[in-house]
Amino acid sequence: MATAVSILHVVLALVLAPLLLGVINRVKAKFAGRRGQPLLQAYYDIAKLLRKGAVYSRTTTWVFRLGPIVSLAAVVASLLLLPLGAVVAVVAFPGDLLLWVYLLGLMRFVTVLAALDTGSAFEGMGASREVQFSLLAEPALLLGLVALAAWSGGLSLSQLTGTHSTGWLTGTAGAITLLVSASWLAVLLTENARIPVDDPNTHLELTMIHEVMVLDHGGVDLGLIQYAAAVKLWVFAALLAGVLLPVRTAWPLVNLAGGVAGVLAVAMGVGVIESTMARLRLLRVPQMLVAAAVLAALAVVLVLR
Amino acid sequence: MSLYVAGLIVLLVGGAAALVAGRRPLANTLGALTAVAGGLLTLVSSAATLAGGAGAQWDLMRPWAMPGGSLHLGMDELSAFFAICISLISVLAAIYGRTYLADQQGRRHLGASWLFYNVLLASMLGVVASRNALLFLVAWELMSLSSFLLVMFDDKQPGVVSAGWTYLVAAHLGTAFLLVLFLLLGSSGSLEFSDLAAGPNLAGVCFVLALIGFGTKAGLVPLHVWLPEAHPAAPSHVSAVMSGVMIKTGIYGLLRILMLLGTPAIWWGYVLIGLGAISGVLGVLFALAQHDLKRLLAYHSVENIGIIVLGLGLGVLGAATNQPAMAVLGFAGGLLHVFNHAIFKSLLFLGAGSVAHAAGTRDLESLGGLLKRMPTTGATFLIGSAAIAGLPPLNGFVSELLIYLGAFGSAAARAGVTVYGAVAVILALGLIGGLALACFAKAFGIVFLGEPRTAAAAGAHESPAAMRWPMVVLAGLCIAIGLGCPLVAEALRPTVYAVAGALGLSVESDSPANEGMALVRRVLPYISLVAGALLVMIGGAGLLRWRLLRGRAVEPGLTWDCGYAAPTPRMQYTASSFADPILKVFRRLIRQQRQVHPPEGLLPAEASLHTHAQDPFTEGGYRPAFLAVMWLSGQVRRLQGGRNQVYVLYIALALLVLLVWKLGL
Repeated sequence: MATAVSILHVVLALVLAPLLLGVINRVKAKFAGRRGQPLLQAYYDIAKLLRKGAVYSRTTTWVFRLGPIVSLAAVVASLLLLPLGAVVAVVAFPGDLLLWVYLLGLMRFVTVLAALDTGSAFEGMGASREVQFSLLAEPALLLGLVALAAWSGGLSLSQLTGTHSTGWLTGTAGAITLLVSASWLAVLLTENARIPVDDPNTHLELTMIHEVMVLDHGGVDLGLIQYAAAVKLWVFAALLAGVLLPVRTAWPLVNLAGGVAGVLAVAMGVGVIESTMARLRLLRVPQMLVAAAVLAALAVVLVLR
Repeated sequence: MSLYVAGLIVLLVGGAAALVAGRRPLANTLGALTAVAGGLLTLVSSAATLAGGAGAQWDLMRPWAMPGGSLHLGMDELSAFFAICISLISVLAAIYGRTYLADQQGRRHLGASWLFYNVLLASMLGVVASRNALLFLVAWELMSLSSFLLVMFDDKQPGVVSAGWTYLVAAHLGTAFLLVLFLLLGSSGSLEFSDLAAGPNLAGVCFVLALIGFGTKAGLVPLHVWLPEAHPAAPSHVSAVMSGVMIKTGIYGLLRILMLLGTPAIWWGYVLIGLGAISGVLGVLFALAQHDLKRLLAYHSVENIGIIVLGLGLGVLGAATNQPAMAVLGFAGGLLHVFNHAIFKSLLFLGAGSVAHAAGTRDLESLGGLLKRMPTTGATFLIGSAAIAGLPPLNGFVSELLIYLGAFGSAAARAGVTVYGAVAVILALGLIGGLALACFAKAFGIVFLGEPRTAAAAGAHESPAAMRWPMVVLAGLCIAIGLGCPLVAEALRPTVYAVAGALGLSVESDSPANEGMALVRRVLPYISLVAGALLVMIGGAGLLRWRLLRGRAVEPGLTWDCGYAAPTPRMQYTASSFADPILKVFRRLIRQQRQVHPPEGLLPAEASLHTHAQDPFTEGGYRPAFLAVMWLSGQVRRLQGGRNQVYVLYIALALLVLLVWKLGL
């Protein structure tokens, strides 16, 4: 039963991931007083792209074509290692959290190389910023994992968010939960190119990051990239939801439903942030990420003291 | 045993024969052939020792006329492990080197070059097999001298001579500490390794001496300044050997002394973790600031030595505080990283050599688009880059994972104050990982992707097969170790247990140290599984795209660059601009000289930006120190003014002083 529910989580994640983009956009539309695009717009976009042919720049090589498929494979592999609150991951073992972190690193590496393969100054600029911000986000992510590992005594993601209770927002446990969540929220926004770090809606601005890296991808490749990006958003949202909004009951299906609700809640939170905040200047982003790492370090000290 | 000694003899005799062959093309073939033959013999011998357990270890002692010395060779788990690394890389580099040097045949004295190469291999193999301190120091010195002579091979190139001298001075400063170390350890009178022991209260002093002496060879910050000078200056197959395995003899020496000293003190662990973290982070930051491909790779050796020392530090900390699981994971990760780094770093240096050979430059800003022109070099360089950045499913990830796992285990157990050491390891590894990814995205992306930035790069051609095959083998090993990591860890277990056992941990079959190994055995099959699944999914996604695109229009086009009609290669992003934002964040740690001429006026004509990354340790530490020594020497020279009258005065004064002293006035 537990395994079946774990597999069901992966299936749900693969099916529902593009919906998160719709949720974010709907929240933003409500804030702006608009009716907004359909909830399923991301699905329409991806389906449209997958029906198209392809144009490849003469500058590019097989690295450019490898980028989207390795990205997709890496993010799906990371999904296999991901618990959703009390729903354990399909593959769980001590140290899986590091494989999870480095699989997302692989995704970033191939995306950056595909961008550099086009020889475009725009995409080089985006690639440079991507590696800069993500390397600064890594300490925050790892320190948060250390705090939870020390708190739960486990070495597997599923133990970190699953088997123990962080004790809902009271006492030391609550402080740790809040600190790690705040830190990881910054990581989520950075890794998924959301406001205040990056704006997914702006094409052709000198300040954009993720969108500019995929400027030369089109058709099927762009469809795969957009889908992989949606799954990545799900992955981070599920991690955050598992810590901040834990649902732990004796019924696995309830846990799953609660977890999915948590992921959707995180997506709505992202929508609220995007509606109420402006983008940070690029030079301010490192400061935000260092602050996130400091919050996570504080959580580590709280646990270990 | 006989195979190993035979290998050493083949190397030395072959080197001498190559010297006799001199400038003839025969020298090139003869030197490479004997290097390969000797290396294969020692490879087979040391692999048999490691696989054969205690029964396959050997000990060979012959008298030597040197007082205190003896020709005492031996092979245990630790020696065998390092001998395997040395032999494997040396054989592949020799195959590559023969073709790499082929265009110098007849013009240069290749016989001498191959003699030094073979002596370098033999002395490295001698260092790890020596069981007598004097023999060890002789082999150590031979290793430094032969590699110095190899660095000087291209002495007509600018910078090579000064690089060589820097290296020679650094090597001997390090050896000076080793001399003191062995004098202290051998105070009982015998210099046999089995008799060496630290006197009471001297263990800490011995540790510090070993750390400085061997750390200089390994390239630990702040003792690393010679490394980024010397390694790029050597011919590329020599760089591969130096960066891939020679600096690891420093790690071997450190481990050997730690094993002699027995149960370590806690502060040794903290010192190792601190130095490892500093070397790792600064090494990769300096690498990021480089424009020269081989210099960039040399700084990455500093970084990877840092990672290895982080693992050893975790191991020592675990041994000192009796946390066997953490110790075993730290040592296993550190040792596996020694092997992994030997593989991918020599692969990358061979790749850099091919690039330099083909394009005639190592300057990143002059390269570009080489993947189309050099497909094999490019593909293997990509695999090496991903491996050194620690990405799954390759080998670099496995060794870093083991170190991480030891540190996370300590954090999860909340084991006293040592937890903060473990957290420092995690933080350092995380930062290093992100920076290494950025650096190799830059190195591979700028050199091999995009359009060629100069005519030389546009006219580059793929290297001959004999240079490509060693790279293919090394890249294959990166993948094979990543996928087959459980088997590799199992092969490494005797060495890990030997180290942990000598440091005072019980490694019996039912002892807690086995928890660490049990964890390795439990975790690594999952890594293989997910790595395999990842490859299958990549294949699946590729198949999906192929099916979707079948029968549809797939057209070539131009890179879309904001509607410019005629994009030129000069519009591409450069290596410097790629690294600049990261370097600005860390500007307090590295000093970068910038000369900026910003565009001026309404119709700007010319603008330029020059950056130059200096090593702050050279500029801020060593150069002033050596200048002070020079100044002092200059002051002393005033005594020797060249005037006879003054010299007579000295003699008279000396006589007077002696007279006063002797008469006791």
